Amino acid sequence: MGMTITEKILAVHAGKDFVEPGEIIDARIDLALANDITAPLSLEEFDKVGAKKVFDPEKVVFVLDHFTPNKDILSAGNCKKIREFSKKHGIRYCFEGGECGIEHALLPEQGLVVPGDLVIGADSHTCTYGALGAFSTGMGSTDVTYGMVTGRIWLKVPESIKFNCSGKWQKWVTGKDLILNIIGMIGVDGALYAAMEFEGGAISALSMDSRFSIANMAIEAGGKNGIFKVDEKTLAYVKGRGKRPYTVYESDKDASYMKVYEIDVSKIGLKVACPSLPSNVKDVGELEHIEIDQSVIGSCTNGRIEDLEITAEILKGKKVAKHVRCIIIPATPTIYGEALKRGFFGIFLEAGCIISPPTCGPCLGGHMGVLAKGERAIATTNRNFIGRMGHSESEVYLSGAAVAAASAIKGRIAHPEEA
Amino acid sequence: MKLKGRVWKFGHNIDTDGHNIDTDIIIPAQYLAHTDPKVLGEHCMEPLHPEFHKKVKKGDIIVGGLNFGCGSSREHAPIAISAIGIPLVIAKTFARIFYRNAFNKGLALLEADIDDVVEEGEEIEVDISSGVITCKKAVIQAKPIPPFMVELINHGGLVKYLKKKLEE
Ligand code: SF4
Repeated sequence: MGMTITEKILAVHAGKDFVEPGEIIDARIDLALANDITAPLSLEEFDKVGAKKVFDPEKVVFVLDHFTPNKDILSAGNCKKIREFSKKHGIRYCFEGGECGIEHALLPEQGLVVPGDLVIGADSHTCTYGALGAFSTGMGSTDVTYGMVTGRIWLKVPESIKFNCSGKWQKWVTGKDLILNIIGMIGVDGALYAAMEFEGGAISALSMDSRFSIANMAIEAGGKNGIFKVDEKTLAYVKGRGKRPYTVYESDKDASYMKVYEIDVSKIGLKVACPSLPSNVKDVGELEHIEIDQSVIGSCTNGRIEDLEITAEILKGKKVAKHVRCIIIPATPTIYGEALKRGFFGIFLEAGCIISPPTCGPCLGGHMGVLAKGERAIATTNRNFIGRMGHSESEVYLSGAAVAAASAIKGRIAHPEEA
Repeated sequence: MKLKGRVWKFGHNIDTDGHNIDTDIIIPAQYLAHTDPKVLGEHCMEPLHPEFHKKVKKGDIIVGGLNFGCGSSREHAPIAISAIGIPLVIAKTFARIFYRNAFNKGLALLEADIDDVVEEGEEIEVDISSGVITCKKAVIQAKPIPPFMVELINHGGLVKYLKKKLEE
Protein backbone atom coordinates (compact mmCIF):
# COMPACT_ATOMS: atom_id res chain seq x y z
CA MET A 1 0.00 0.00 0.00
CA GLY A 2 1.19 3.51 -0.78
CA MET A 3 1.82 6.31 1.66
CA THR A 4 0.78 9.94 1.79
CA ILE A 5 3.36 12.73 1.87
CA THR A 6 2.72 13.11 5.62
CA GLU A 7 3.27 9.40 6.24
CA LYS A 8 6.45 9.40 4.16
CA ILE A 9 8.01 12.30 6.05
CA LEU A 10 7.09 10.73 9.38
CA ALA A 11 8.42 7.32 8.34
CA VAL A 12 11.78 8.71 7.29
CA HIS A 13 12.15 10.65 10.53
CA ALA A 14 11.26 7.58 12.55
CA GLY A 15 13.85 5.53 10.64
CA LYS A 16 11.18 3.26 9.16
CA ASP A 17 10.21 2.17 5.69
CA PHE A 18 6.52 2.30 6.37
CA VAL A 19 4.13 3.85 8.86
CA GLU A 20 0.36 3.84 9.01
CA PRO A 21 -2.30 6.01 10.65
CA GLY A 22 -2.73 5.39 14.36
CA GLU A 23 0.81 4.14 14.83
CA ILE A 24 2.82 5.88 17.56
CA ILE A 25 6.32 6.74 16.41
CA ASP A 26 9.43 8.16 17.96
CA ALA A 27 10.74 10.59 15.38
CA ARG A 28 13.78 12.77 14.81
CA ILE A 29 13.01 16.48 14.47
CA ASP A 30 14.68 19.04 12.22
CA LEU A 31 13.64 22.10 14.18
CA ALA A 32 12.03 23.03 17.49
CA LEU A 33 10.41 26.43 17.86
CA ALA A 34 9.10 28.45 20.78
CA ASN A 35 8.03 32.07 21.21
CA ASP A 36 7.95 34.72 23.93
CA ILE A 37 4.78 33.20 25.42
CA THR A 38 5.63 29.53 25.24
CA ALA A 39 9.42 29.53 25.62
CA PRO A 40 9.35 30.75 29.25
CA LEU A 41 7.42 27.60 30.23
CA SER A 42 9.74 25.47 28.10
CA LEU A 43 12.78 26.90 29.83
CA GLU A 44 11.26 26.27 33.26
CA GLU A 45 10.85 22.61 32.27
CA PHE A 46 14.36 22.57 30.84
CA ASP A 47 15.71 23.51 34.27
CA LYS A 48 13.37 21.13 36.09
CA VAL A 49 14.57 18.09 34.16
CA GLY A 50 18.16 19.11 34.79
CA ALA A 51 19.06 19.34 31.10
CA LYS A 52 22.49 20.78 30.39
CA LYS A 53 22.22 21.55 26.69
CA VAL A 54 19.94 21.60 23.70
CA PHE A 55 20.27 18.82 21.13
CA ASP A 56 21.53 21.21 18.43
CA PRO A 57 21.91 24.98 18.90
CA GLU A 58 21.26 25.48 15.16
CA LYS A 59 17.93 23.68 15.35
CA VAL A 60 16.28 25.36 18.30
CA VAL A 61 14.65 28.63 17.31
CA PHE A 62 13.10 31.34 19.45
CA VAL A 63 10.97 34.12 18.02
CA LEU A 64 9.93 36.80 20.48
CA ASP A 65 7.02 38.02 18.43
CA HIS A 66 3.79 38.02 20.41
CA PHE A 67 4.23 41.04 22.64
CA THR A 68 7.05 42.71 20.71
CA PRO A 69 8.10 45.48 21.18
CA ASN A 70 7.68 44.37 24.79
CA LYS A 71 4.33 45.57 25.99
CA ASP A 72 5.00 45.50 29.71
CA ILE A 73 7.51 44.61 32.38
CA LEU A 74 6.45 40.97 32.58
CA SER A 75 6.86 40.35 28.87
CA ALA A 76 10.17 42.21 28.85
CA GLY A 77 11.32 39.92 31.66
CA ASN A 78 10.27 36.85 29.70
CA CYS A 79 12.25 37.99 26.67
CA LYS A 80 15.26 38.71 28.83
CA LYS A 81 15.19 35.15 30.16
CA ILE A 82 15.01 33.73 26.65
CA ARG A 83 17.82 36.01 25.47
CA GLU A 84 20.07 34.92 28.33
CA PHE A 85 19.28 31.27 27.71
CA SER A 86 20.09 31.73 24.02
CA LYS A 87 23.44 33.30 24.81
CA LYS A 88 24.35 30.61 27.29
CA HIS A 89 23.45 27.76 24.95
CA GLY A 90 24.73 29.32 21.75
CA ILE A 91 21.27 29.34 20.14
CA ARG A 92 21.93 30.58 16.63
CA TYR A 93 18.44 31.84 15.85
CA CYS A 94 16.79 33.93 18.51
CA PHE A 95 14.83 36.63 16.71
CA GLU A 96 13.95 39.81 18.51
CA GLY A 97 14.07 43.57 18.12
CA GLY A 98 14.57 44.70 14.56
CA GLU A 99 15.13 41.13 13.36
CA CYS A 100 11.84 39.93 14.70
CA GLY A 101 8.84 39.03 12.60
CA ILE A 102 5.84 36.83 13.21
CA GLU A 103 7.31 33.36 13.56
CA HIS A 104 5.31 31.54 10.90
CA ALA A 105 6.05 34.15 8.27
CA LEU A 106 9.64 34.55 9.42
CA LEU A 107 10.88 30.96 9.55
CA PRO A 108 10.06 30.05 5.93
CA GLU A 109 11.28 33.43 4.73
CA GLN A 110 14.60 32.95 6.52
CA GLY A 111 14.96 29.50 4.97
CA LEU A 112 14.84 27.77 8.34
CA VAL A 113 12.23 25.29 7.16
CA VAL A 114 12.68 23.34 3.93
CA PRO A 115 10.65 20.67 2.11
CA GLY A 116 10.72 17.27 3.80
CA ASP A 117 11.39 18.67 7.28
CA LEU A 118 9.76 17.58 10.50
CA VAL A 119 9.20 20.66 12.63
CA ILE A 120 7.58 21.01 16.02
CA GLY A 121 6.72 24.34 17.58
CA ALA A 122 5.21 25.54 20.81
CA ASP A 123 2.61 27.45 18.86
CA SER A 124 -0.50 26.01 17.30
CA HIS A 125 0.05 27.69 13.93
CA THR A 126 3.33 25.85 13.41
CA CYS A 127 1.27 23.92 10.86
CA THR A 128 1.93 26.84 8.44
CA TYR A 129 5.13 25.29 7.08
CA GLY A 130 3.18 22.49 5.45
CA ALA A 131 2.96 24.89 2.50
CA LEU A 132 6.60 23.96 1.83
CA GLY A 133 5.91 20.23 1.74
CA ALA A 134 7.17 19.77 5.29
CA PHE A 135 5.46 18.10 8.24
CA SER A 136 5.03 20.65 10.97
CA THR A 137 2.74 20.73 13.93
CA GLY A 138 2.04 22.69 17.09
CA MET A 139 2.55 21.35 20.58
CA GLY A 140 2.80 22.60 24.12
CA SER A 141 5.89 23.91 25.85
CA THR A 142 6.66 20.66 27.64
CA ASP A 143 6.62 18.59 24.47
CA VAL A 144 8.86 21.16 22.82
CA THR A 145 11.27 21.01 25.77
CA TYR A 146 11.48 17.28 25.17
CA GLY A 147 12.28 17.97 21.52
CA MET A 148 14.78 20.70 22.35
CA VAL A 149 16.70 18.38 24.64
CA THR A 150 16.52 15.05 22.82
CA GLY A 151 16.04 16.08 19.19
CA ARG A 152 13.13 13.65 19.07
CA ILE A 153 9.40 13.58 19.69
CA TRP A 154 6.62 11.01 19.96
CA LEU A 155 3.85 11.37 17.44
CA LYS A 156 0.75 9.54 16.40
CA VAL A 157 0.67 9.12 12.63
CA PRO A 158 -2.46 10.99 11.54
CA GLU A 159 -5.01 9.88 9.00
CA SER A 160 -5.05 12.09 5.93
CA ILE A 161 -7.90 14.01 4.35
CA LYS A 162 -7.44 15.18 0.78
CA PHE A 163 -8.82 18.42 -0.62
CA ASN A 164 -8.71 18.23 -4.40
CA CYS A 165 -9.12 21.75 -5.65
CA SER A 166 -9.84 22.56 -9.27
CA GLY A 167 -11.30 25.47 -11.23
CA LYS A 168 -10.42 29.05 -11.91
CA TRP A 169 -10.15 31.59 -9.11
CA GLN A 170 -12.52 34.54 -9.07
CA LYS A 171 -11.12 38.04 -8.84
CA TRP A 172 -9.96 39.05 -5.32
CA VAL A 173 -10.40 35.50 -3.99
CA THR A 174 -7.30 34.06 -2.28
CA GLY A 175 -6.19 31.08 -0.23
CA LYS A 176 -7.82 32.62 2.83
CA ASP A 177 -11.25 32.39 1.23
CA LEU A 178 -10.64 28.77 0.31
CA ILE A 179 -9.60 27.75 3.80
CA LEU A 180 -12.48 29.68 5.41
CA ASN A 181 -14.80 27.94 2.98
CA ILE A 182 -13.35 24.55 3.93
CA ILE A 183 -13.59 25.21 7.69
CA GLY A 184 -17.16 26.39 7.21
CA MET A 185 -17.87 23.16 5.39
CA ILE A 186 -16.22 20.64 7.74
CA GLY A 187 -16.34 22.54 11.05
CA VAL A 188 -13.72 23.47 13.64
CA ASP A 189 -13.19 19.81 14.48
CA GLY A 190 -13.78 18.50 10.96
CA ALA A 191 -10.16 17.41 10.63
CA LEU A 192 -9.51 16.59 14.29
CA TYR A 193 -6.15 14.76 14.62
CA ALA A 194 -5.87 14.50 10.82
CA ALA A 195 -3.47 15.68 8.13
CA MET A 196 -5.09 18.03 5.60
CA GLU A 197 -3.57 17.61 2.17
CA PHE A 198 -4.24 20.22 -0.50
CA GLU A 199 -3.87 19.35 -4.15
CA GLY A 200 -5.02 20.07 -7.65
CA GLY A 201 -4.77 22.61 -10.42
CA ALA A 202 -6.27 25.41 -8.38
CA ILE A 203 -3.60 24.92 -5.73
CA SER A 204 -0.77 24.94 -8.30
CA ALA A 205 -2.14 28.27 -9.49
CA LEU A 206 -1.81 29.76 -6.00
CA SER A 207 1.11 31.87 -4.78
CA MET A 208 3.24 30.62 -1.91
CA ASP A 209 1.76 33.39 0.26
CA SER A 210 -1.73 32.01 -0.28
CA ARG A 211 -0.54 28.48 0.40
CA PHE A 212 0.98 29.55 3.73
CA SER A 213 -2.29 31.16 4.63
CA ILE A 214 -4.18 27.92 3.94
CA ALA A 215 -1.75 25.66 5.82
CA ASN A 216 -1.79 28.15 8.69
CA MET A 217 -5.47 27.56 9.35
CA ALA A 218 -5.39 23.74 9.27
CA ILE A 219 -5.43 23.91 13.07
CA GLU A 220 -8.67 25.88 12.89
CA ALA A 221 -10.30 22.71 11.55
CA GLY A 222 -8.63 20.70 14.31
CA GLY A 223 -5.98 19.39 11.91
CA LYS A 224 -2.62 18.14 13.02
CA ASN A 225 -0.93 19.51 9.94
CA GLY A 226 -1.73 20.96 6.56
CA ILE A 227 0.46 19.91 3.68
CA PHE A 228 1.07 20.73 0.04
CA LYS A 229 2.79 19.06 -2.86
CA VAL A 230 6.16 20.58 -3.70
CA ASP A 231 6.16 22.20 -7.16
CA GLU A 232 8.24 24.74 -9.12
CA LYS A 233 6.83 27.57 -7.03
CA THR A 234 7.90 25.87 -3.81
CA LEU A 235 11.37 25.21 -5.15
CA ALA A 236 11.71 28.76 -6.46
CA TYR A 237 10.74 30.00 -3.00
CA VAL A 238 13.27 27.76 -1.24
CA LYS A 239 16.04 28.52 -3.71
CA GLY A 240 18.52 31.00 -2.32
CA ARG A 241 17.03 30.97 1.16
CA GLY A 242 17.03 27.33 2.34
CA LYS A 243 19.57 26.95 5.14
CA ARG A 244 19.64 23.16 4.88
CA PRO A 245 19.34 20.63 2.05
CA TYR A 246 15.79 19.60 1.30
CA THR A 247 14.02 16.42 0.21
CA VAL A 248 10.88 16.31 -1.86
CA TYR A 249 8.25 13.74 -0.87
CA GLU A 250 5.08 13.07 -2.76
CA SER A 251 1.95 11.10 -1.96
CA ASP A 252 1.71 7.76 -3.74
CA LYS A 253 -1.13 7.22 -6.19
CA ASP A 254 -2.45 4.39 -4.04
CA ALA A 255 -2.09 6.17 -0.70
CA SER A 256 -5.17 5.91 1.46
CA TYR A 257 -7.29 8.78 2.69
CA MET A 258 -9.91 8.97 5.36
CA LYS A 259 -11.87 11.25 3.08
CA VAL A 260 -11.43 13.06 -0.23
CA TYR A 261 -13.20 16.35 -0.94
CA GLU A 262 -13.58 17.72 -4.45
CA ILE A 263 -13.69 21.49 -4.43
CA ASP A 264 -14.40 23.73 -7.39
CA VAL A 265 -12.79 27.04 -6.45
CA SER A 266 -14.60 28.93 -9.20
CA LYS A 267 -17.68 28.66 -6.97
CA ILE A 268 -15.93 30.25 -4.01
CA GLY A 269 -16.44 33.95 -3.45
CA LEU A 270 -15.08 36.22 -0.75
CA LYS A 271 -15.71 34.71 2.66
CA VAL A 272 -16.01 36.04 6.19
CA ALA A 273 -16.07 34.02 9.42
CA CYS A 274 -18.44 35.54 11.96
CA PRO A 275 -17.95 35.49 15.73
CA SER A 276 -17.06 33.41 17.61
CA LEU A 277 -15.82 30.45 15.59
CA PRO A 278 -13.74 30.28 12.40
CA SER A 279 -16.43 27.93 11.04
CA ASN A 280 -19.26 30.51 11.15
CA VAL A 281 -18.54 31.33 7.53
CA LYS A 282 -20.74 33.50 5.33
CA ASP A 283 -20.42 35.23 1.97
CA VAL A 284 -19.33 38.82 2.25
CA GLY A 285 -22.57 39.88 0.55
CA GLU A 286 -24.62 38.64 3.50
CA LEU A 287 -22.78 40.86 5.96
CA GLU A 288 -22.67 44.24 4.33
CA HIS A 289 -24.74 45.80 7.10
CA ILE A 290 -22.18 44.95 9.82
CA GLU A 291 -20.43 48.10 11.04
CA ILE A 292 -16.86 47.95 12.26
CA ASP A 293 -14.60 49.92 14.59
CA GLN A 294 -11.33 48.40 13.50
CA SER A 295 -9.74 46.60 10.59
CA VAL A 296 -6.56 44.62 11.17
CA ILE A 297 -4.47 43.51 8.21
CA GLY A 298 -1.62 41.36 9.42
CA SER A 299 -0.77 38.15 11.35
CA CYS A 300 0.86 34.86 10.42
CA THR A 301 -2.15 34.15 8.23
CA ASN A 302 -2.30 37.27 6.07
CA GLY A 303 0.50 39.71 6.83
CA ARG A 304 2.57 38.80 3.78
CA ILE A 305 3.46 40.88 0.76
CA GLU A 306 0.58 39.55 -1.34
CA ASP A 307 -1.83 40.76 1.33
CA LEU A 308 -0.24 44.20 1.50
CA GLU A 309 -0.29 44.41 -2.28
CA ILE A 310 -4.03 43.74 -2.34
CA THR A 311 -4.54 46.22 0.50
CA ALA A 312 -2.58 48.92 -1.34
CA GLU A 313 -4.53 48.31 -4.53
CA ILE A 314 -7.82 48.85 -2.72
CA LEU A 315 -6.73 51.74 -0.49
CA LYS A 316 -4.98 53.70 -3.21
CA GLY A 317 -6.44 57.20 -3.34
CA LYS A 318 -9.11 56.28 -0.77
CA LYS A 319 -9.69 57.20 2.86
CA VAL A 320 -10.37 54.97 5.83
CA ALA A 321 -13.81 55.74 7.33
CA LYS A 322 -13.67 58.41 10.00
CA HIS A 323 -14.42 56.26 13.03
CA VAL A 324 -12.40 53.22 11.95
CA ARG A 325 -8.89 52.30 12.98
CA CYS A 326 -7.16 50.47 10.16
CA ILE A 327 -4.03 48.78 11.49
CA ILE A 328 -1.59 47.31 9.01
CA ILE A 329 1.06 44.94 10.30
CA PRO A 330 3.66 43.64 7.86
CA ALA A 331 4.55 40.21 9.24
CA THR A 332 8.35 40.46 9.01
CA PRO A 333 11.03 43.15 8.61
CA THR A 334 11.68 41.94 5.06
CA ILE A 335 8.01 42.29 4.14
CA TYR A 336 7.99 45.68 5.87
CA GLY A 337 11.00 46.77 3.78
CA GLU A 338 9.48 45.55 0.55
CA ALA A 339 6.18 47.31 1.24
CA LEU A 340 8.10 50.49 1.94
CA LYS A 341 10.14 50.16 -1.23
CA ARG A 342 7.10 49.52 -3.36
CA GLY A 343 5.43 52.66 -2.10
CA PHE A 344 2.64 50.94 -0.16
CA PHE A 345 3.35 52.94 2.99
CA GLY A 346 2.59 56.22 1.24
CA ILE A 347 -0.76 54.82 0.16
CA PHE A 348 -1.53 53.49 3.64
CA LEU A 349 -0.59 56.74 5.37
CA GLU A 350 -2.57 58.88 2.97
CA ALA A 351 -5.57 56.65 3.50
CA GLY A 352 -5.25 57.19 7.24
CA CYS A 353 -3.97 53.76 8.29
CA ILE A 354 -1.76 52.94 11.23
CA ILE A 355 1.38 51.02 10.26
CA SER A 356 2.60 48.76 13.02
CA PRO A 357 6.01 47.10 13.33
CA PRO A 358 5.94 43.32 12.81
CA THR A 359 4.20 41.79 15.84
CA CYS A 360 1.34 39.44 16.70
CA GLY A 361 -0.13 42.33 18.66
CA PRO A 362 -3.90 42.57 18.27
CA CYS A 363 -4.28 39.08 16.74
CA LEU A 364 -4.35 37.63 20.23
CA GLY A 365 -5.54 40.76 22.00
CA GLY A 366 -2.00 41.36 23.18
CA HIS A 367 -1.43 45.01 22.37
CA MET A 368 -1.36 47.48 19.44
CA GLY A 369 -5.07 47.39 18.79
CA VAL A 370 -7.03 45.76 21.61
CA LEU A 371 -10.83 46.07 21.42
CA ALA A 372 -13.07 47.70 24.02
CA LYS A 373 -16.34 46.23 25.26
CA GLY A 374 -18.87 46.17 22.44
CA GLU A 375 -16.36 46.98 19.70
CA ARG A 376 -16.13 45.04 16.48
CA ALA A 377 -13.24 44.32 14.16
CA ILE A 378 -12.68 42.72 10.84
CA ALA A 379 -9.29 41.06 10.71
CA THR A 380 -7.17 38.97 8.38
CA THR A 381 -6.14 36.89 11.40
CA ASN A 382 -7.16 33.30 12.06
CA ARG A 383 -9.25 33.19 15.25
CA ASN A 384 -12.41 34.96 16.31
CA PHE A 385 -13.04 33.22 19.62
CA ILE A 386 -14.74 35.12 22.43
CA GLY A 387 -12.42 37.84 23.67
CA ARG A 388 -9.67 36.98 21.20
CA MET A 389 -8.86 40.61 20.34
CA GLY A 390 -9.74 42.18 23.65
CA HIS A 391 -12.86 42.49 25.80
CA SER A 392 -15.00 39.36 26.08
CA GLU A 393 -17.90 41.37 24.64
CA SER A 394 -15.97 42.51 21.57
CA GLU A 395 -16.30 40.75 18.23
CA VAL A 396 -13.96 39.64 15.47
CA TYR A 397 -14.89 38.84 11.88
CA LEU A 398 -12.24 37.03 9.83
CA SER A 399 -11.54 37.64 6.16
CA GLY A 400 -8.81 38.06 3.60
CA ALA A 401 -7.03 41.34 2.95
CA ALA A 402 -9.39 42.50 0.19
CA VAL A 403 -12.49 42.48 2.38
CA ALA A 404 -10.63 43.92 5.39
CA ALA A 405 -9.30 46.82 3.29
CA ALA A 406 -12.64 47.53 1.62
CA SER A 407 -14.39 47.39 5.01
CA ALA A 408 -11.93 49.91 6.46
CA ILE A 409 -12.97 52.38 3.76
CA LYS A 410 -16.68 51.75 4.12
CA GLY A 411 -16.80 51.51 7.89
CA ARG A 412 -18.77 48.29 7.54
CA ILE A 413 -18.10 44.89 6.05
CA ALA A 414 -17.73 45.47 2.33
CA HIS A 415 -16.83 43.81 -0.95
CA PRO A 416 -13.75 45.32 -2.65
CA GLU A 417 -15.83 46.24 -5.70
CA GLU A 418 -17.86 48.57 -3.49
CA ALA A 419 -14.80 50.40 -2.20
CA MET B 1 -7.54 6.27 41.07
CA LYS B 2 -11.03 7.33 42.20
CA LEU B 3 -12.31 10.89 42.22
CA LYS B 4 -15.49 12.46 43.48
CA GLY B 5 -16.42 15.97 42.49
CA ARG B 6 -19.04 18.52 41.57
CA VAL B 7 -19.72 19.12 37.89
CA TRP B 8 -19.21 22.44 36.11
CA LYS B 9 -20.63 22.56 32.63
CA PHE B 10 -19.21 25.05 30.22
CA GLY B 11 -20.23 26.87 27.14
CA HIS B 12 -23.99 26.53 27.23
CA ASN B 13 -24.34 30.26 27.01
CA ILE B 14 -22.56 30.48 23.66
CA ASP B 15 -23.80 29.55 20.25
CA THR B 16 -21.84 26.32 20.08
CA ASP B 17 -23.80 24.81 22.97
CA GLY B 18 -21.09 23.30 25.07
CA HIS B 19 -18.72 22.55 22.23
CA ASN B 20 -15.40 24.08 21.21
CA ILE B 21 -14.40 25.60 24.53
CA ASP B 22 -11.21 27.21 23.28
CA THR B 23 -8.00 28.15 25.01
CA ASP B 24 -8.79 31.87 24.76
CA ILE B 25 -11.71 31.13 27.07
CA ILE B 26 -9.74 28.86 29.37
CA ILE B 27 -7.05 31.52 29.79
CA PRO B 28 -7.27 34.78 27.82
CA ALA B 29 -4.12 35.94 26.06
CA GLN B 30 -3.75 39.10 28.09
CA TYR B 31 -2.51 36.97 31.00
CA LEU B 32 -0.02 34.90 29.02
CA ALA B 33 3.00 36.88 30.11
CA HIS B 34 2.44 35.20 33.49
CA THR B 35 3.84 31.78 34.25
CA ASP B 36 2.73 31.63 37.89
CA PRO B 37 -0.03 28.98 38.15
CA LYS B 38 -1.78 30.94 40.90
CA VAL B 39 -2.20 34.03 38.72
CA LEU B 40 -3.29 31.94 35.73
CA GLY B 41 -5.86 30.15 37.87
CA GLU B 42 -7.40 33.45 38.90
CA HIS B 43 -8.35 34.10 35.28
CA CYS B 44 -9.42 30.59 34.34
CA MET B 45 -12.61 30.66 32.20
CA GLU B 46 -12.88 34.40 32.79
CA PRO B 47 -14.63 35.38 29.53
CA LEU B 48 -17.52 33.03 30.28
CA HIS B 49 -17.47 33.05 34.05
CA PRO B 50 -15.41 35.80 35.69
CA GLU B 51 -16.03 34.47 39.19
CA PHE B 52 -15.18 30.88 38.36
CA HIS B 53 -11.94 30.69 40.32
CA LYS B 54 -13.76 31.88 43.45
CA LYS B 55 -16.72 29.54 43.15
CA VAL B 56 -14.84 26.40 42.28
CA LYS B 57 -13.92 23.90 45.01
CA LYS B 58 -10.88 21.67 45.03
CA GLY B 59 -11.80 18.39 43.34
CA ASP B 60 -14.54 19.83 41.11
CA ILE B 61 -14.77 18.45 37.58
CA ILE B 62 -15.26 20.30 34.30
CA VAL B 63 -17.56 18.75 31.71
CA GLY B 64 -17.56 19.82 28.08
CA GLY B 65 -18.82 18.78 24.66
CA LEU B 66 -16.90 18.37 21.42
CA ASN B 67 -13.39 19.68 20.71
CA PHE B 68 -12.64 20.93 24.21
CA GLY B 69 -9.42 22.96 24.38
CA CYS B 70 -9.27 23.95 20.73
CA GLY B 71 -7.17 26.89 19.68
CA SER B 72 -3.72 27.80 20.79
CA SER B 73 -0.98 25.57 22.11
CA ARG B 74 -0.67 27.52 25.36
CA GLU B 75 0.14 25.21 28.23
CA HIS B 76 -1.14 27.99 30.42
CA ALA B 77 -4.57 26.44 29.76
CA PRO B 78 -4.18 23.10 31.57
CA ILE B 79 -2.00 24.87 34.16
CA ALA B 80 -4.81 27.34 34.92
CA ILE B 81 -7.36 24.53 35.28
CA SER B 82 -5.11 22.51 37.58
CA ALA B 83 -4.19 25.59 39.60
CA ILE B 84 -7.74 26.03 40.87
CA GLY B 85 -7.86 22.44 42.05
CA ILE B 86 -9.64 20.77 39.16
CA PRO B 87 -8.11 17.33 38.63
CA LEU B 88 -10.16 16.17 35.66
CA VAL B 89 -11.96 17.35 32.54
CA ILE B 90 -14.50 15.10 30.85
CA ALA B 91 -15.50 15.98 27.29
CA LYS B 92 -16.87 14.23 24.24
CA THR B 93 -13.67 14.98 22.33
CA PHE B 94 -10.58 17.06 22.94
CA ALA B 95 -8.47 19.17 20.61
CA ARG B 96 -5.20 17.36 20.08
CA ILE B 97 -2.67 19.89 21.36
CA PHE B 98 -4.68 20.42 24.53
CA TYR B 99 -4.86 16.64 24.98
CA ARG B 100 -1.07 16.26 24.96
CA ASN B 101 -0.55 19.33 27.11
CA ALA B 102 -3.00 18.26 29.79
CA PHE B 103 -1.36 14.89 30.28
CA ASN B 104 2.09 16.50 30.21
CA LYS B 105 0.95 18.87 32.94
CA GLY B 106 -0.76 16.23 35.08
CA LEU B 107 -4.36 17.19 34.32
CA ALA B 108 -6.42 14.07 33.64
CA LEU B 109 -8.81 13.95 30.69
CA LEU B 110 -11.51 11.44 29.87
CA GLU B 111 -13.43 11.22 26.63
CA ALA B 112 -17.09 10.50 27.31
CA ASP B 113 -20.40 11.88 26.22
CA ILE B 114 -21.92 12.94 29.54
CA ASP B 115 -22.67 16.57 28.84
CA ASP B 116 -26.38 15.90 28.40
CA VAL B 117 -26.56 13.33 31.18
CA VAL B 118 -25.18 15.32 34.10
CA GLU B 119 -26.49 18.46 35.67
CA GLU B 120 -24.53 21.48 36.74
CA GLY B 121 -23.46 21.05 40.36
CA GLU B 122 -24.22 17.34 40.64
CA GLU B 123 -21.61 15.16 42.25
CA ILE B 124 -20.15 12.39 40.13
CA GLU B 125 -17.70 9.63 40.88
CA VAL B 126 -14.97 8.75 38.43
CA ASP B 127 -12.54 5.89 38.35
CA ILE B 128 -9.79 7.34 36.22
CA SER B 129 -7.98 4.08 35.58
CA SER B 130 -11.03 2.15 34.41
CA GLY B 131 -12.81 5.18 32.94
CA VAL B 132 -16.07 4.38 34.71
CA ILE B 133 -18.12 7.49 35.45
CA THR B 134 -20.97 7.20 37.92
CA CYS B 135 -23.52 10.02 37.63
CA LYS B 136 -26.96 10.42 39.15
CA LYS B 137 -28.78 9.19 36.04
CA ALA B 138 -26.37 6.65 34.62
CA VAL B 139 -23.06 4.83 34.75
CA ILE B 140 -20.96 5.66 31.72
CA GLN B 141 -17.81 4.11 30.36
CA ALA B 142 -15.30 6.61 29.03
CA LYS B 143 -13.11 5.84 26.05
CA PRO B 144 -9.95 4.15 27.30
CA ILE B 145 -6.86 6.33 27.52
CA PRO B 146 -4.45 5.28 24.73
CA PRO B 147 -1.86 2.74 25.96
CA PHE B 148 1.01 5.07 25.12
CA MET B 149 -0.50 7.78 27.33
CA VAL B 150 -0.96 5.29 30.14
CA GLU B 151 2.70 4.38 29.88
CA LEU B 152 3.63 8.06 29.98
CA ILE B 153 1.42 8.61 33.02
CA ASN B 154 2.97 5.57 34.70
CA HIS B 155 6.34 7.19 34.17
CA GLY B 156 5.01 10.23 36.02
CA GLY B 157 4.49 12.34 32.90
CA LEU B 158 6.77 13.51 30.15
CA VAL B 159 8.98 15.66 32.39
CA LYS B 160 9.80 12.81 34.79
CA TYR B 161 10.27 10.50 31.83
CA LEU B 162 12.77 12.91 30.30
CA LYS B 163 14.52 13.47 33.59
CA LYS B 164 15.01 9.73 34.01
CA LYS B 165 16.27 9.47 30.47
CA LEU B 166 18.82 12.22 31.07
CA GLU B 167 20.02 10.59 34.27
CA GLU B 168 20.63 7.27 32.56
S1 SF4 C 1 -0.09 36.24 14.48
FE1 SF4 C 1 -1.69 35.50 15.82
S2 SF4 C 1 -2.03 33.39 15.30
FE2 SF4 C 1 -0.09 34.02 14.37
S3 SF4 C 1 1.47 33.39 15.84
FE3 SF4 C 1 0.89 35.49 16.30
S4 SF4 C 1 -0.74 35.35 17.83
FE4 SF4 C 1 -0.51 33.36 16.90
